[in-house]
Amino acid sequence: MKKFEVDQNGYYGRFGGAYVPEMLFANVEELRIRYLDILNDSSFQNEFHALLKHYVGRPTPLYFAGRISDKYNTRIYLKREDLNHTGAHKINNTIGQILLAGRLGKNKIVAETGAGQHGVATATVCALTGLECTVYMGKLDMERQKPNVERMKMLGARVVPALSGNQTLKDATNEAMRHWINNPEDTHYIIGSVVGPHPYPDMVARFQSVISEEIKTQLFEQENRENPDYVIACVGGGSNAAGAFFHYLECEEVMLIAVEAAGKGITTGQSAATIALGAEGVLHGSKSIIMQTDDGQIVEPYSISAGLDYPGIGPLLAHLSEKERVKFTHVTDKEALRAALELAQLEGIIPALESAHALAILSELNLKKSDVVVINLSGRGDKDMETYIRFINNEK
Amino acid sequence: MQITYNANKCPKCNILQIKGTMNQIEVIANKIEDLFYRRKKRILSVYFTAGYPKIDATATIITNLEQSGVDLIEIGIPFSDPVADGDTIQHSNHVALKNGMTIRMLFEQLRDIRNRVEIPLIMMSYLNPVYQYGIEKFCKKCQEIGIDGLIIPDLPLYEYETKYKDVFDCFNLKFIMLVTPQTAIERIRKIDFLTGGFIYLVSSASTTGSKGKMSSEQMQYFKRIHDLGLNNPLLVGFGISNRESFVNACRYAAGAIIGSAFIRAISQSDDLKASISSFVQSIKAE
Ligand SMILES: Cc1ncc(COP(=O)(O)O)c(C=O)c1O
Repeated sequence: MKKFEVDQNGYYGRFGGAYVPEMLFANVEELRIRYLDILNDSSFQNEFHALLKHYVGRPTPLYFAGRISDKYNTRIYLKREDLNHTGAHKINNTIGQILLAGRLGKNKIVAETGAGQHGVATATVCALTGLECTVYMGKLDMERQKPNVERMKMLGARVVPALSGNQTLKDATNEAMRHWINNPEDTHYIIGSVVGPHPYPDMVARFQSVISEEIKTQLFEQENRENPDYVIACVGGGSNAAGAFFHYLECEEVMLIAVEAAGKGITTGQSAATIALGAEGVLHGSKSIIMQTDDGQIVEPYSISAGLDYPGIGPLLAHLSEKERVKFTHVTDKEALRAALELAQLEGIIPALESAHALAILSELNLKKSDVVVINLSGRGDKDMETYIRFINNEK
Repeated sequence: MQITYNANKCPKCNILQIKGTMNQIEVIANKIEDLFYRRKKRILSVYFTAGYPKIDATATIITNLEQSGVDLIEIGIPFSDPVADGDTIQHSNHVALKNGMTIRMLFEQLRDIRNRVEIPLIMMSYLNPVYQYGIEKFCKKCQEIGIDGLIIPDLPLYEYETKYKDVFDCFNLKFIMLVTPQTAIERIRKIDFLTGGFIYLVSSASTTGSKGKMSSEQMQYFKRIHDLGLNNPLLVGFGISNRESFVNACRYAAGAIIGSAFIRAISQSDDLKASISSFVQSIKAE
């Protein structure tokens, strides 16, 4: 990854940087100075990969989905991140960051969560290492992702409701940052996506890059080629997409597609499609594309999927969009729900609502029979059962 | 004595910039510098959120703060996501936005403010609203109105130094940076070198509005920074809520900044003049 690598000032083109108040400078600077040395250290790499293998269950399968391939008359593979321990890609990042926190001498962890997948993945690695864990979660998200709240509590985490704004992921992120400001010495902030001040976007992308590293080997085994024609991923902050795209960024022949949540439709005012609706600005520590008013106030986003209900996007992805290396598109709540139902009934896999957004664009692509398409199935749908049941009952 | 100079008009701000050997040329005045030149002790700065508690309270609050004896005012531009702020200021930001406050409206409200108050005025905003308005346009407007300085907590030193300093300097706006117990000495010296007006000494690792007494640790920290002998004066902020904390904060600094406690004092007020006057008295009374 050369062409799209972060520069020494923390920028991807015009996006990125570390726009943090002075209260967080020392922490972020310590991270910036040390993260590459820590990550490249062989003892870190050994521990990281051992845990990914024996604890998380990696490599996750790259599954040729025959029936859905037939339906779309092409060759579709699912990268089964839903089969990770805790049920989503989020744990790739939290394993990496908890090992890092140990090396930084921190004994407490704070995190934000939307769908609760990152919160669960953080609570899990905290239990694994014996660190104290506080997770902020929007009050609305606590209601719509209840099973994950109970899981976090059972794992020993303190779950604190974020009560400001729309009480979703943006507000939880604000609270987690405030918590870090108030506890700078002993606490490490495990951000759940490729967002935040430099070096977080680069660090999280590196931890998630294991996804595309595995896809290359697995595709070669099954198709005798490393590069598919398409890689498709949903985008909230952009971590599963960054991981699935990472080792393909330089391979121009691979079409990379990122799917945002259109919510009720991008013209309805109830949407979370940041690239479609946003403008350049600064939120949560980096300059990127964000959804905002003409006055620079952050717009409250909307998506049925808590993990995509965020008004920003990581600076790397904003850059990839601007350079037209990644094609951005968006699907509505309804389209995502239908795609989830279709996957359940054709393949026996219930996807997370977030991941269902990636599946939902299959019908829009002009796919050839010989095309090889990899969809990153970022998580499983257990947490979304309430929403699915309601949808199925309404459709009847 | 011979003075040689070249005068050029700055393309951005139209101010005459003078280069060359100067011995007697008056440097353009700035009210913040002026204040600290005249007074070294017990300076009281008050922060309020524009648009709170009522949309049209801005001028009333500013004039009454001055009349009550406040030395410096920080006018807060409300933001949807104020990450460095605690509950009180978050709430005032929220209410102000709901009341309809915008940068444009604030500039409109402040248009004639220099006919009514003399003391230095500082704009405090998170970066995004200013960025969206346009940095240069914002600074130009501030200068026209008679604003003397800027506090932008999420604009870090690196970005300021490499991209913003020239613009702020050009419009004679002092950029005031925060220093916290975690800020390394080297960095404090660099901040001191690159910024002006005063240094905002954050009293503890916290968001705004934390309460409680000053600990002896905090007092030692203030003394440590005081003893660095910086060029810029120090004002202590965060957690100053009453006379006692004000006096303690002033011990090793030129003064202190009060935000949340003032917001609370005017939150329920139906007589702003009286509330402001009694609040300021409670802090300043000997
Ligand atoms: C299963 C799943 N997929 C995707 C996301 C979106 O995050 P990101 O864009 O960082 O992958 C989430 C976030 O909670 C998630 O839980």
